[in-house]
Amino acid sequence: METRPGGQVRSRSPMDFRDSPEEAAFRDEVRAWLDEHLTAEFRAIGGRGGPADEADWDLRLEWERLLGKDRWVGLSWPEEYGGRAASFAEHVIFSEEYAKADAPARMSFFGEGLFSPTLLAYGTEDQKRRYLPKIQSVEELWCQGYSEPDAGSDLSNVATRAELDGDEWVVNGQKVWTTLAHRAQWCFAVVRTDPTSTGHKGLSYLLVPMDQPGIEVRPLHQMTGTAEFNEVFFSDARTAKENVLGEVNDGWKVAMATLGFERGTAFLSQQLAFQRELAGIVEVAQVNGKASDATIRQELADSYIGVQIMKYNGLRMLTDLVRKGVLGPSSSIGKLYWSNWHRTLGERAMYVMGTDASVVAGEPGGEYSLDELHRIFMFSRSETIYAGASEIQRNIIGERVLGLPREPR
Amino acid sequence: MNFAFSEEQEQLRDAVRKFLEAKSPESEVRTLMETTDGYDPAVWSQMAKELGLQSLHIPEAYGGQGFSWVELGIVLEEMGRALLCAPYFSTVVLAANAILNAGTDEQKAELLPGIASGETIATLAFTEPNGKWDASGITMEASGSGDAVTLTGEKMFVIDGHSVELIVVVARQAGTSGEDGIGFYTVAGDAAGLTRTALATMDQTRKQAKLEFSNVAATPLGAAGSGWAALSKTLDQAAVGLCNEMAGGAQFVLEESVQYAKDRVQFGRPIGSFQAIKHKCADMLLEVESAKSAAYYASWCAAEDNDELPVVASLAKAYCSDAYFHSAAENIQIHGGIGFTWEHNAHLYFKRAKSSEILLGDATYHRELLAQRIGI
Repeated sequence: METRPGGQVRSRSPMDFRDSPEEAAFRDEVRAWLDEHLTAEFRAIGGRGGPADEADWDLRLEWERLLGKDRWVGLSWPEEYGGRAASFAEHVIFSEEYAKADAPARMSFFGEGLFSPTLLAYGTEDQKRRYLPKIQSVEELWCQGYSEPDAGSDLSNVATRAELDGDEWVVNGQKVWTTLAHRAQWCFAVVRTDPTSTGHKGLSYLLVPMDQPGIEVRPLHQMTGTAEFNEVFFSDARTAKENVLGEVNDGWKVAMATLGFERGTAFLSQQLAFQRELAGIVEVAQVNGKASDATIRQELADSYIGVQIMKYNGLRMLTDLVRKGVLGPSSSIGKLYWSNWHRTLGERAMYVMGTDASVVAGEPGGEYSLDELHRIFMFSRSETIYAGASEIQRNIIGERVLGLPREPR
Repeated sequence: MNFAFSEEQEQLRDAVRKFLEAKSPESEVRTLMETTDGYDPAVWSQMAKELGLQSLHIPEAYGGQGFSWVELGIVLEEMGRALLCAPYFSTVVLAANAILNAGTDEQKAELLPGIASGETIATLAFTEPNGKWDASGITMEASGSGDAVTLTGEKMFVIDGHSVELIVVVARQAGTSGEDGIGFYTVAGDAAGLTRTALATMDQTRKQAKLEFSNVAATPLGAAGSGWAALSKTLDQAAVGLCNEMAGGAQFVLEESVQYAKDRVQFGRPIGSFQAIKHKCADMLLEVESAKSAAYYASWCAAEDNDELPVVASLAKAYCSDAYFHSAAENIQIHGGIGFTWEHNAHLYFKRAKSSEILLGDATYHRELLAQRIGI
C-alpha cells in the first residue's frame, strides 16, 4: 500500500471474476466428480427436463440421488446439517460446471432451492434435523402451496384454513398452480390459522404430508397442452401440531422469505439454461438464413446483451448478499428482469422460425405438442405471472427499494 | 470471485464526488456550457494537482499513477453524474489511450507526462463528415513518408477539437481501404494549415469541433499503416469509459425522479403512490442497475485487457446508451411541465444522454458489431 497525492491509496483491484486458488480447487473437484459419475446413461438425458418437467423422471431421480449422496444437494447448507457450507462463488462454480457438463436438469428446486433456506432461517433444530437429510437424499420432494383461486397477486387473501384438533391441524381449502404436487411427499403451505383474521395477519406456514386421503391433486392443463401445474384440494387433511415453520399466526414473513429465495437465487442455473436456449435459436437462424436479416441480428444481439447482464446483475447481487447477509427486496429486480427477458426471447424465437412457426410438433388431430422454440414462446407467458406478477414486482421495487409511498388501500 | 469495489475505491469515489459537488454544481455547468471552450482551467488544474485525476491510469513510467480502468471508471461515473464540463474524456480517455495503444515507448515518454500533469489537453480526431465509427469512415489521407508527413482533409465531431493543444489524428495511407493503411499522427492545435471551428452542439456540456487540414505537417505516432488494431482497442476502451459516465448520469436522473415522485402532490397524494409513476421508477431502477453492472464488468475487462473486452465493450455501449436515454426521457415525463423548462436540469441530462448515445456509435451500431463479434 502506498499513499499518493490526493490521499488515494494504492491497492490491487479487488474486483475479480477469476477463481482464487481455493475456488480453482473446488472447480477441479466438481469437474472430477461429474466426469466420474456422469455415465453414458445419464449423459443421454443431459440438459433435459426442468423443475416442472417430467421427462425421464425415474432416471433423473436416480441421478439426483447420486448428487445428494455426495452432498451436491444442500451444497450451501452448514456442515452440521450435511452441507458443504459452500460460498456463493462455489455455488456459481458448481452451476457453471454442471451446465458445461450437460448433466440432467435438477429436480429439487422446491425442496432444496426454496424450502431449505427458509427452514434454515426459521426452523427449529428438530425441524431442520427432520427435513434436511431427506431433501438431500432426495427421498422427499416438496411442493409450494401458495396461490389460491382468490389469492393470486393478493396472496394475503388466502382462505385455506387449518384448525387444531388435539395434536393435529385439520386443513380445508384449495391451492392452485402447485408445481409437481402429484410427485411431492410434502407441501409447504400458507394457511389461515386465525379464523377471525384477514390479510397478512393470522396466517401460518404449515408443512403438510401429501400422501393422505384428505388431499386430492388434479392436473391443470395449460395453454402449452401440458400440465406442469396442479390444483390441490384439502378436505380434512391432517398434519402434526409441530409442523409449523415460525410462529403460529405469524407465517407471512416466513412465506415472504421463501418468495425472496424464489425470486433471487434461482438465477444461477437459469441464466446458463437461458444462454443455451439463445444459442439454439441463433443456430436455427443461421441454418434458415434469418441470421442475415438486419432486424433479427439486432434482436439476437439484444437478447445476448440481456442474458449477459443477467449474469453480471446476479453476481453483483450475490456479492452484496455475502456482505450484508440478507437477500432483500432487490431480489424483485432479478425476477422482473429474467421473466421479461425470457418472454421476449420466446417472441423472437417465433420471428426466427418465420412461417415455420405456424406449425407445431404434434400430429394433426393428435395431442397438442410443442417443439422447443414454441415451448419457450408459450411457457414464458407464465413466468411474468408466477412468483409474483411483474406488476407486483414493480410495486415491491417502487415501495421497498425506492421508498415510494404505498397506494392508498 | 468478487464483484464489488474495495474500500479504497469507494474512498476515491467519495473524494471525487465531494470535489465535483463543490466545483461543478449545476450553476457552474450552466455557466461553462454557454462558453466556447466549455471548461474552467482553474478547476482542471485542481483536478490534476489535488486529486491527480488526469494521471490516474497512466503508467508510472510516463508520469502517471498506474491505477486501473476500474478506478478510471469510478471517476468517469462521478463526472457523468455531475455533468462535469471539462476536456477529461477527450484528453484522458481518448488521446491518452490512443497514445498508449499506438505510440512507441519514446513517444509515450514525450507525450504522456504533460497529459498526466494536467498541462496538456488533447483529443482524438477520428470521425469525419460521413459520421461513421468504423474503418470505412476514415478517408483522410496522409501524404509523404517517414517523418515528413502532411495531412489534408476534414475531421468532424471532434470532442474539444477547437480548444486542445495536442490532436491525435487518424488517417490512412494513400490507396488503402478498410482496416488496412490506418495510422495515427500527432498535430499541434495551432499548426499551420489547420482551421478549427467550434460546432453548435446539441449537448452544450460536451464541445465538438470541425477541423480542416490543408497540408498540415504531422508526426506519425507508432508504426504507420498498421494502426487499426490500436484504434479498435482505443475505441473499445473509450466505449467502456463512456458507459461508466452514462451509468453515473442515469443514476442521478433516477434519484431526481424518485425524489420528485415523493414530493409532488396531485389529486391529494404524492404522484409516486400512483402505479403509473411507481412502475416507471421501478423500470428505471432495473435499467440503471443493469447499466452499472455492465459498465463495472466492462471496466474490469478493460483493466485486465482480456479477450472479452471487444464483446463486452459493444454489449455495454449498446445497453448503457439505451438505458441512459430512456431514464433521462422518463425523468422529464415524471417531472411533468417543470421538466420541460430550461431552468430545470432534466434537459441537460436528456441532451447528454443523447450525445453519449451517438458518441462512439449508437446502440444499433453496437448491437450489429456485437453480432459480428460473437459470430452471429
